[in-house]
Amino acid sequence: MTRKRGRGMAAVNYPTGMNLGGDPSQALIHATTTGSFVVTLSSVDLGQGLKTVMAQICAETLGVPTDNVIIDTADTDTGPHCMGTFASRGTHRIGNAIIMAAKEARAVMLEVAAEELEVDAGDLVTDGAGAIHVKGSPQKSISIFNVALAAHFKHGKSISGRGIFLQPRSYPEPETGKMTPATCYAHACTVAEVEVDTETGEVAVLSLKSAYEVGRALNPRMVEQQIIGGAWMGISHALYETTEPYYPDRAHGPVDFNQYLMPGPGDLPEFANVVIERPAADGPFGAKGVGEMTANSPIPAIANAIFDAVGVRVDSLPITPEKVLRGIRALNA
Amino acid sequence: MTKVPVEFTLNTREQNEFVETGSTLLSALRDRLGLYGTKAGCHQGTCGACTVIIDGEPHLSCLTLAERCQGKDVTTLEGLAPAGALHPLQQAFMDGFAAQCGFCTPGMILAAKCLLDRNPDPTRDEVVDAISGNICRCTGYEPIIAAILTAAQGMRKPARKRA
Ligand code: FES
Ligand code: FES
Repeated sequence: MTRKRGRGMAAVNYPTGMNLGGDPSQALIHATTTGSFVVTLSSVDLGQGLKTVMAQICAETLGVPTDNVIIDTADTDTGPHCMGTFASRGTHRIGNAIIMAAKEARAVMLEVAAEELEVDAGDLVTDGAGAIHVKGSPQKSISIFNVALAAHFKHGKSISGRGIFLQPRSYPEPETGKMTPATCYAHACTVAEVEVDTETGEVAVLSLKSAYEVGRALNPRMVEQQIIGGAWMGISHALYETTEPYYPDRAHGPVDFNQYLMPGPGDLPEFANVVIERPAADGPFGAKGVGEMTANSPIPAIANAIFDAVGVRVDSLPITPEKVLRGIRALNA
Repeated sequence: MTKVPVEFTLNTREQNEFVETGSTLLSALRDRLGLYGTKAGCHQGTCGACTVIIDGEPHLSCLTLAERCQGKDVTTLEGLAPAGALHPLQQAFMDGFAAQCGFCTPGMILAAKCLLDRNPDPTRDEVVDAISGNICRCTGYEPIIAAILTAAQGMRKPARKRA
């Protein structure tokens, strides 16, 4: 038995969002009587962290603490429209919609504060900690709590805002097929190291080292989460996800966790990641989408590493032990 | 269906229940007692989301008959720390971003607690082994393993000081 090691790399340019029949998302924001800000969305958080990042974007734009923001994604029937959380579009599309809505709400908030403090709204700044004060004189200040109360009960004003971000549909040029499906692209490069068992055809991934250019990492720890979780899914796409060789009869497709095998905690390689930030001109605070691409570059990198290790070029996924062994046998024939 | 009485300790409290014969501890916890910290994933013993601690050992509550808990000591996620406080494992999971959708988290934390109770200074391999019956489809496991190792380190420190 021999184990051969190899190294491969792959790069990906990943569009943020999709060229649908136009790609819009909306957000509505309103203040409660006590100065919390409710962001109403139809977008869904399925664990990717949408609610956290949207709260950050809203709080930053309004100039209030993140704890004062409530993200309500309760109902896609009655909420403002969103195309959905897919195509790595959430942070970019919904984030931009929230910035627009929060700017409108902030203007009303400052107007009310200006009347309460008897100053010009243009002279006011938010401290990000729950208060608004006159630029240069922090003692002339009012809490956002009191601004919200005054808006509701004295001024009859709704501190609220509407936002939408629309990426219009791009039609291909008939002559060339050229089109503009997305406005910004994230980039990544992964280097994979593998060890191939030439007797069994099994592949072990030893390390995945990646560099990601994501525009701006609005929540660096969550970007790292996406990268590691995605790299793991990439290993799964590359090597595991099929009914074969575990279940030779295709009729016995995977129906549960016993059969739909993905790498377990014992199959993890060493991960190393670097995040590079080059803000996108139209991204919320410069952010691009980082979600799905994280599962992309590991796959060809692993395929290339296998080629480097044993000279076998497998061009269909997953790269099962059988395919590797057949390849090795063909080389030796 | 016949009902049978069971008396057991649940999160340090005496619990007396009438449960249907053949029903699972998982259904008793979630459907009768409203303790939703224990997650129901596959109902067939393959995901580990329903892990609880029975007499100090991790058990899959979906495969445990409620009536068999007579006289046992059952701990669920709710019993890990007093209300309003966090167990060091919970704190480490939060600090280490070890949850995404969070569905596997209760089972992971309880499996980890059983490990740390019997082995306060585990190696990475021992951690991997302890959670190998728990499936996570989000994190890629790495942050979970790191959080358990961090919690173990933190929990050892005060013990050393006392010694
Ligand atoms: S619900 Fe018990 S193991 Fe999945
Ligand atoms: S965090 Fe989603 S399954 Fe583990």
